[in-house]
Amino acid sequence: MSIDYTERIPNNVDLSGDRRLQRALESWQPRFLRWWGEMGPTLPTQDVYLRTAIDVGREGWAHFGHVALPEYRWGIFLAERDPDRRIAFGQNMGRPVWQQVPGEYRAELQRLIVVQGDTEPASVEQQRRLGLSAPSLYDLRNLFQVNVEEGRHLWAMVYLLHAYFGRTGRDEADALLLRNSGSEDSPRILGAFNEETPDWLSFYMFTYFTDRDGKYQLGTLKESAFDPLSRTCEFMLKEEAHHMFVGTTGVDRVVERTAQLMREHNTDDIGRFGGIPLDVIQKYVNFHYSVSLDLFGGETSTNVANYFTAGLKGRWQEERRGDDHLLTEAVATVQHVENGRIANLRLPALTALNADLRGEYIADCGTGITRWNRILTGHGIDAALHLPHIGFNRQVGAFAGHHVTPDGRILDRVAWEAGRDRWLPTPDDKTHVLSLMRPVYEPGKIAAWVAPPRNGINNRPLDYEYVHF
Amino acid sequence: MSQPEVSFDTEPGRYRHLRLEFDGEIARIVLRVDESGGLVPGYELKLNSYDLGVDIELYDAVQRLRFEHPEVRAVVVTGGLEKVFCAGANIRMLAQSEHSWKVNFCKFTNETRNGIEDATAHSGQTYLAAVNGTAAGGGYELALACDQIILIDDGSSAVSLPEVPLLAVLPGTGGLTRVVDKRGVRKDLADVFATRSEGVRGRTAVEWRLVDETAPRSRFAETVRQRAAEAAARSTRPAGAEGIALPALQRSQTGDTIVYSTVRADLDRANGLVEITVYGPRHDIPESPERIHELGADFWPLAMTRELDDLILRLRTNELELGTWVLRTEGDIDRVLAFERVLAEYGRTDWLVNEIRHYFKRTLKRLDVTSRSLIALIEPGGCFAGPLLELALACDRQYMLDGLLQEDEPTRTALAADDEERDPARIALAVDDGQRDRARSALASGDGEREPARIVLTASNFGSLPMGNGLSRLASRFHGDPDHVAKLHLEAGRRIDAAEALEKGLVTFAPDDLDWEDEIRIALEERASLSPDALTAMEANLRFAGPETMETKIFARLTAWQNWIFNRPNAAGPEGALRLYGTGRRAAFDRRRV
Repeated sequence: MSIDYTERIPNNVDLSGDRRLQRALESWQPRFLRWWGEMGPTLPTQDVYLRTAIDVGREGWAHFGHVALPEYRWGIFLAERDPDRRIAFGQNMGRPVWQQVPGEYRAELQRLIVVQGDTEPASVEQQRRLGLSAPSLYDLRNLFQVNVEEGRHLWAMVYLLHAYFGRTGRDEADALLLRNSGSEDSPRILGAFNEETPDWLSFYMFTYFTDRDGKYQLGTLKESAFDPLSRTCEFMLKEEAHHMFVGTTGVDRVVERTAQLMREHNTDDIGRFGGIPLDVIQKYVNFHYSVSLDLFGGETSTNVANYFTAGLKGRWQEERRGDDHLLTEAVATVQHVENGRIANLRLPALTALNADLRGEYIADCGTGITRWNRILTGHGIDAALHLPHIGFNRQVGAFAGHHVTPDGRILDRVAWEAGRDRWLPTPDDKTHVLSLMRPVYEPGKIAAWVAPPRNGINNRPLDYEYVHF
Repeated sequence: MSQPEVSFDTEPGRYRHLRLEFDGEIARIVLRVDESGGLVPGYELKLNSYDLGVDIELYDAVQRLRFEHPEVRAVVVTGGLEKVFCAGANIRMLAQSEHSWKVNFCKFTNETRNGIEDATAHSGQTYLAAVNGTAAGGGYELALACDQIILIDDGSSAVSLPEVPLLAVLPGTGGLTRVVDKRGVRKDLADVFATRSEGVRGRTAVEWRLVDETAPRSRFAETVRQRAAEAAARSTRPAGAEGIALPALQRSQTGDTIVYSTVRADLDRANGLVEITVYGPRHDIPESPERIHELGADFWPLAMTRELDDLILRLRTNELELGTWVLRTEGDIDRVLAFERVLAEYGRTDWLVNEIRHYFKRTLKRLDVTSRSLIALIEPGGCFAGPLLELALACDRQYMLDGLLQEDEPTRTALAADDEERDPARIALAVDDGQRDRARSALASGDGEREPARIVLTASNFGSLPMGNGLSRLASRFHGDPDHVAKLHLEAGRRIDAAEALEKGLVTFAPDDLDWEDEIRIALEERASLSPDALTAMEANLRFAGPETMETKIFARLTAWQNWIFNRPNAAGPEGALRLYGTGRRAAFDRRRV
């Protein structure tokens, strides 16, 4: 099979001049397409108005047009190389960044890339049935945009595995397509990526909370001394920002519609009027936020400390931080449960880097809450949404095994279970939300449980035919 | 103390410490160590005690006896000082040496002692120890390496292993192992012997089997002569054989490149590795044994073995930080096989051909016990066939290129071209011929292109070059699956490509051109990042699957324990016995058993 690589796989890695990489991708490309056919979106479409990155420049990375999904041009892009870039932290600080994988760190770098790569196709798998219940063509198009970009992020990780890790890298790239979300025998690596995304509220929450975790993970890899990984992640972050946008504005529109219905009917109980009650939204926030916190791993991690010291993975915005970037002496404070109380624990900062990153993430999550509460206030509603306590509903880390309420009280197991239905979505809540999920495929129309977006895509009107069937 | 660069070059005219005497079919190695002739300043070699310099001469002597003196059928080792046979390794030398030096020294002396036994077993040169006086520690261990030990019975001369009571270390040059395993001394008596610093004399030494016989001063020389004559009479050496000369090796070192006529080493200090290339035969295949004798040291198998042996010793001793050796071969497989056929044909009837095989066998064993990661790269243009395949099998891993490198031709040739600019005359010797061979094999293939790498199994891989554990490298490699070795036997003589070699378990990985470069680079870098100590220990544990022999016990059990003790304060600490010996102060031991 001969492929015109520049055309078929837009790239800025000189694919047409790299015979080794071509051959590696030649065998991988059909497998990817087969995977997309089997595990990608189930809703048949003719074409979708999508953004395709064909270059890293301002013009090139947002190229719009109607594309049949399987013909989407998944490209390989790395941010421009800074020839003077130096390692910004750890024991190799100040030395030039690596253009090749040092054998010493092969296993660790490969693992980091595989774990990151594993999440990308996972969300496509989790969201594959959502198209069947899209609230509008605008939303359907956004779903597919997110899906193809997650696919492209998979390509980005696969590129690194193929280009830099030899045969074991290729095996790992294949395995990325063999593991499937929710599969009994070969599940995705991280737990949160094995849960199906059953409805659009979950989708908005996922793109707000869980994709945001991805953003922070990418941010740490962007600091990596392994320059190709750094540049890859830097470019991925641009696209990730759009996924955040889908989540933020999605929840905006649900809150907006809920507020309208509350005012209109002068009640909190808007379920029977075809809306999603505010307390259900709060429960979804509680669930998705707490599950996403688990993705940061335990508060203490010697692996991450090793990654930092070696220069493989930095902190969020490492270079803007004012400390010594070595952290050999620094101390950090994390919360944990001690004698039935939440207490502070002082730890070497090096081993508490997961908690550091999670702290950045939590602050960021708070901005969405503020934004949604502003919508509520705008409609004259006093009730507010909030982030639950960091210890609530945690399966990983210092709070795992403890029973912490959303407002930070520690209960015994029985008391906590008794409150569960007030804090997390109940089967009834889910059934209600699902009952609202009826597809709306008519241009310009929108489902009744969600407000229309303020703007269309790429300055197109809302009634634009974003998707052709 | 910084370590001097050690050379293993010597010849009898330059010996300072021993003398070779010939009397027909009996030779004598007379040890008379020059007290002021230590390799390193800081100690005097009193009482025939030895250091590495002495042992280099001993090794040279043993080698020359085998190649230059086929008429010799028995070798008497004796002391050239009054009432002193040999006092063993010099204690002050040990006390002042770094750990690595002690370890390398012990390894080399062990190899030489094993070589002495090998000569007795396979060369028809039986070694006898004429213990004319005190044989203490390493002195007695030298005697133990001989086939017979005759002790002078003068009422005072004793054999002893005083290491434990006096120095708090072990008789680590095979002493403990040979006492019980070779001589069959009862373990309780061996326990007494090895803790009694004054040793054992006369009749008791015979009764305990520590020596074969004693003779009074008046009859000592005559007894030794008689025993030597008896041993010589049993020898299978041909009459009237003439030796070949072992001239000094032609070795040139420029910068970080060492070049011999058939072996080349590129020292890559940045990456902590050495790239070793062994070149296949270049001269014509000798049509008769006479021609082999005429070629002598220039005969490719012998030249290659001597050069490889020397390179191994030099790298091992002088280049401690180059922890990985990458082994390649270059040359024509057909010619390697043709040489092997010649060796096989005359091996039984010609003493020299027999010697060469055993020498190559010993050199491979040196590789087996080398504390470096050994990685074989089997590439197009290589000649890992039969005996040379043993080099790959001795390695910890084998990488074989599946197919050709598309952009090929450049890598090795370019390297050679670069080097040539630096040092045309010397490199030309080795490299041009490799290229010529490649061109020749390309011609032979008809299409003018380079052929993918192949390996060939032959009889050499099935037992004629055994490891220290008595097994062929294949039998040891497939220790869990003897049937597989039998099946491989059926494949002898056939060209085996990378895919098949991988499938048959003969290589570890067979990357194609896509992966080759990265795979090798990453593997080597990854290796270089691991702890040298852990690697050495791991490799030593994995290389010898199969049964224990006296040899493996010496290199594993005895050496490993000795090296442990060398690192313990009770011997090597500031208050340790080894350090305090001769100061009049008494060692302070940490009494806890570990």
